[in-house]
Amino acid sequence: MPLKKMLLSAALLGLFAVLGTALVAFTYENTRERIAQNERDNLLQSLHALIPPELHDNDPVADRIEVSDSALLGSRMPQQVYRARKDGTPVALALTAVAPDGYSGDINLLIAINHDGTLAGVRVTGHHETPGLGDRIEVARTDWVLGFSGRSLANPAPEKWKVKKDGGVFDQFTGATVTPRAVVGAVRNALLYYQEHQEQLFGYAPDAAAPAVPAPEQPGEGKPMTPENTHG
Amino acid sequence: MADKTLGQIAGDGLWSNNVAFVQILGLCPLLAVTSSVVNGLGLGLATLLTLVLSNVTVSAIRNIIRPDIRIPVFVLLIAAIVTAIELAMNAWFHELHTILGIFIPLIVTNCSILGRAEAFASKNNIGRSFVDGLTMGLGFAAALVLLGAMREVLGSGTLFAQSHLMFGEAARALTVTVFADYKGFLLAILPPGAFIGLGLLIALKNVIDQRRARAPQPAPAAAGELAAE
Repeated sequence: MPLKKMLLSAALLGLFAVLGTALVAFTYENTRERIAQNERDNLLQSLHALIPPELHDNDPVADRIEVSDSALLGSRMPQQVYRARKDGTPVALALTAVAPDGYSGDINLLIAINHDGTLAGVRVTGHHETPGLGDRIEVARTDWVLGFSGRSLANPAPEKWKVKKDGGVFDQFTGATVTPRAVVGAVRNALLYYQEHQEQLFGYAPDAAAPAVPAPEQPGEGKPMTPENTHG
Repeated sequence: MADKTLGQIAGDGLWSNNVAFVQILGLCPLLAVTSSVVNGLGLGLATLLTLVLSNVTVSAIRNIIRPDIRIPVFVLLIAAIVTAIELAMNAWFHELHTILGIFIPLIVTNCSILGRAEAFASKNNIGRSFVDGLTMGLGFAAALVLLGAMREVLGSGTLFAQSHLMFGEAARALTVTVFADYKGFLLAILPPGAFIGLGLLIALKNVIDQRRARAPQPAPAAAGELAAE
């Protein structure tokens, strides 16, 4: 093929690459704020579904710190902790955590824990589980995730923090055991994390530059979470 | 091919060359998301929009694109269009976007879109390509909705559940509970249910075609309407 033709083809291809990128960039610019707003709205809504607005008088979204603990919070990435206080007294906190062993990778959770260590509630904020099966962990689909409310490390006992199939007390779904097993494990780990760090979690000033809460030793019982099995 | 009337193009897209039932393309999203009507409709509309936009764009540039680079250019354009649609859905149908998840970006890999660009839009003018994209997309969306309806009724005992994700809070009332206190039929929701359902729908279409072939005068326009139902 003559050089001129080849150059023309290359130029045309380049031109369309630029046009395509421009279209995506333009759409991104025009949807970015709205998408961020959607995500923030969802977060606020989720927080208030777990910690009723009348129980606290601060803004939990602003009273936020970042922590990281790859063993108990399921991710090497920093996780968010939103604190709720009334007249300066700690009421509850909501923390993000990851169940790294879902059927299709990470399941993102928002876990609210009352100051006394009982669960105020759990919500799934993001996942890639099978539609129609694993997505029953969403509160929009079933009530399953509401079963965590009021539970704590004493209720049930730590060895019962499993799905029924594994000898625990939590229901699994017909056709999907891996997903609820991952969520139950992640919630239990978050409670263990809270138990270890309760005072620090409420103590740090908001938005302090990611206070490095030291990672505790892996608790004796329970399966260790290995990052290797996060991509099934 | 170039002498087809618009009516024939529409008949092709909706019925006689239906993407899902005759070309058997785009099976991955077709089988994966059709566990309910709303999911099927959401993906169907996104695919429809992609098909129309890609057909029109490809048709508009068909005379300046050299044959040796046409496929990469089509892929680039389709990928850009799908990404833009995905961002827009994330912005305006956030919850539905969350449910459909990976299948929106995967529209890029739906063979029917590149197929129509190559087989039709690159050889026809913008108007005809628009009609082709629209009717092919409608045919595909209809297949998604039909299969979604079958699987939702059998699998969950409801119809139009979670319509509010698409049409706002007012649409919550649209949900029809077909069987009260239904325990669910898992097979219909699982992937095998999608294959069986698709097989049944294809069989049904073939039966209808055979009946019509025996009947004296089949009218193509009526066929189009039938498929659009």
